[in-house]
Amino acid sequence: MTALIDGWRTCQVTGLRVDRSAERLIMFNAVTAVLYLATGGTFALLIALTRWQAVHLIGDPEWFYRIVGAHGAAMLIFWIVFFEVAGLLFGGTVLLNARLLAPRLAWVEYGMMLAGSLGVMITMLSGQATVMFTAYPPLEASPWFFGSLLVFAVGALLAVCHFIANVVGARWRGEVGTLPLFSFALLVAAILAVFTLVSGAAALVPAWLRSLGVIEHVDPAAYRLLFWGFGHGAQQVNLAAMIGIWYALASLTVGARPINEGLSRFAFVLYVLFIQLGSMHHILVDPGLGDWARGMNASYFMYAAVLGSMIHAFTIPASIEVAQREKGLTAGLFGWLRRAPWGAPGFAALVVSFVMFGVLGGISGVIMGGIQINMIAHNTLIVPAHFHMTVVAGTTLAFMGISYYVVPLIFRRDLFLPRVARWQPYVFGLGMLVFGAGMGAAGHLGVPRRHFDITFPGLALAEGALADPLIQTSLMVMAIGALIAITGGAMYVVVAAGTVFLGRRSDVPAVGLVDPIAVAPPAPAAPHDARRFEAPGTVALATVWLALFVYLYAVSWYNLSRVTWIIR
Amino acid sequence: MIERSSTLVAPPARWWTPLGRDERMWLTVTAVWALAMFVMMQLVWPAIGEQQVTFQSYRVDPLEFNRLTEAFIQAHQVDAIDGVPVVAPPPGGDVYLMGQRFQFKPILRLEQGQTYRFLVSSLDVQHGLSLQPDNFNFQVLPGYVSAISLTPRESGVYHILCNEYCGPGHHRMVGRIDVGAAGQALSSEGVRP
Ligand SMILES: [Cu+2]
Repeated sequence: MTALIDGWRTCQVTGLRVDRSAERLIMFNAVTAVLYLATGGTFALLIALTRWQAVHLIGDPEWFYRIVGAHGAAMLIFWIVFFEVAGLLFGGTVLLNARLLAPRLAWVEYGMMLAGSLGVMITMLSGQATVMFTAYPPLEASPWFFGSLLVFAVGALLAVCHFIANVVGARWRGEVGTLPLFSFALLVAAILAVFTLVSGAAALVPAWLRSLGVIEHVDPAAYRLLFWGFGHGAQQVNLAAMIGIWYALASLTVGARPINEGLSRFAFVLYVLFIQLGSMHHILVDPGLGDWARGMNASYFMYAAVLGSMIHAFTIPASIEVAQREKGLTAGLFGWLRRAPWGAPGFAALVVSFVMFGVLGGISGVIMGGIQINMIAHNTLIVPAHFHMTVVAGTTLAFMGISYYVVPLIFRRDLFLPRVARWQPYVFGLGMLVFGAGMGAAGHLGVPRRHFDITFPGLALAEGALADPLIQTSLMVMAIGALIAITGGAMYVVVAAGTVFLGRRSDVPAVGLVDPIAVAPPAPAAPHDARRFEAPGTVALATVWLALFVYLYAVSWYNLSRVTWIIR
Repeated sequence: MIERSSTLVAPPARWWTPLGRDERMWLTVTAVWALAMFVMMQLVWPAIGEQQVTFQSYRVDPLEFNRLTEAFIQAHQVDAIDGVPVVAPPPGGDVYLMGQRFQFKPILRLEQGQTYRFLVSSLDVQHGLSLQPDNFNFQVLPGYVSAISLTPRESGVYHILCNEYCGPGHHRMVGRIDVGAAGQALSSEGVRP
């Protein structure tokens, strides 16, 4: 039986108290997020099959560009932000045993986000805003498009502030002490989100006023600076949320406890201080600002925020290794890894997301974010190849992994088709790997992003451009990878939607692996010899990873030096 | 005794503990690497590299830039392809290159080994200057001129693709630069009336 007192229930699996009003909001936000994921995934299929030149599915460039824009908005903004708001509601109430401060306000936030997002999708798909989701001025778009985007952004901003108020309020009233690391990560994400959304409003309000004819001119360079404070900032929000989820999944699946709580928190603080400087990554080859300013910002002020990421890249696997070793899996350097729960979807999602983000997305991002190397990457397919490794293979898969827990617990239904869930992270990850390899190779060969047809039919002037036969092969590989990844995405949608609508109702829903340590109070660490490494396997893996980073970094400078033109 | 906690529950009261051997090692190595990347980008490459992004930029009225480009074309035009003027500027001089929906103009005929100051801007919306097959890229904004010094070291045909979405004909926006061998930039076909 579920204990129900005054709008609260107690979760029979975790023992957490759940505010029913927060619970309903989590449900609506999560379902909306998954619907946008399914929509964006359908668009992804159409785009991939068009850029595979041998197929070239969409014949009309106007429709192609509409769909590329709508794909960006549905995936990069709506799927992610609705899911994050669901996560903030969960992390700000359920996980802290706290009440939702103002449920009515939260419904207003949801309503604004839903209406705004629908307005954006409708204007983009009906051809009133064929401007990509970046909408760089002076491209023209309907005021309804900018207005809708603003309504969405304000709704999201309110939701973020609501979360912060909730946490601060619970802390103030003494209902919670020091935040769990997962909630701390969400708080960091929320702080970054405030900066992000304010910057977005600063870019979009003038663009909206221009579309209404109130003002005549929006400076394109200033817009790009402010817009990317929003566009790139939003990805930093994802980063913080994703890393929080990695920590959470590590605790849930193997009972991992951070090897140094203070260091992990310090790494998050580095994000708060430095990571938003990275918005200048997008304007490195723009006119406007000097190269020193762009370089300092794009390096996140001497790579201080990258240091934060490298700390997480070490402490997460290290805490998994230590937890496994404490269970007696001490054989050799990697016995702890071999005996890991590879069949648990939460663990599989964690590892695939972590490796793909760290190896492909992270390294590529730091390298191409260098001011000079950016010249051989800017606006080629290397850029979407990079951010599909971070936002899709990394963030999206991490979100999928945590929802294998949160969706059954919140809806109180058994996970639907657990066998499908078990394979889903691997199928999705494999697809993204192939996709990224093809797209990255094509970009390296100069193929532009957001481009309808790189064979330039009937265009004499373009004869001989992008003629390397490897380009067509790369685009085919990209499309095949996309087909596999979209299959993996569809598997997720089936499991998530199936759980919500068809899963067997239960007060103790089957959610898969939950290590008892995940919900146990702090306990002493197992003693170990201070003269030896506590996580030698992680030290070895991290060293290999860093060597790869150094190698790819050197290769990129070499590639830049191979440009036959002298540029000054 | 050091206490550790799951990431889902409140940490122990004293959660700041000294770094262990693993963390000290990793923190040192990565801090050195971060610094090395910074020094490479801000100090080493600016001193030794031949591909820099130190170009100057300034504001311009798009119509004024259009006028300057037309004057440049008129002074040095040698041909036209598909209605786009072909221009052979004097070696070492200024070169105007303007993006507009959906073309780059003019087509340029340059000489290998000569340095040209490219003045790049747009008449209408944002465009992307993507020079192929070398694959280097610059953003082109209306109202701003990027003044980039470029020296082609090898002769051949280069294409400029637009790689910033600029409207329904974006994928047909292509320009060209023909680089002739040193001393021969204006030979034979170059001076067709
Ligand atoms: Cu263009």
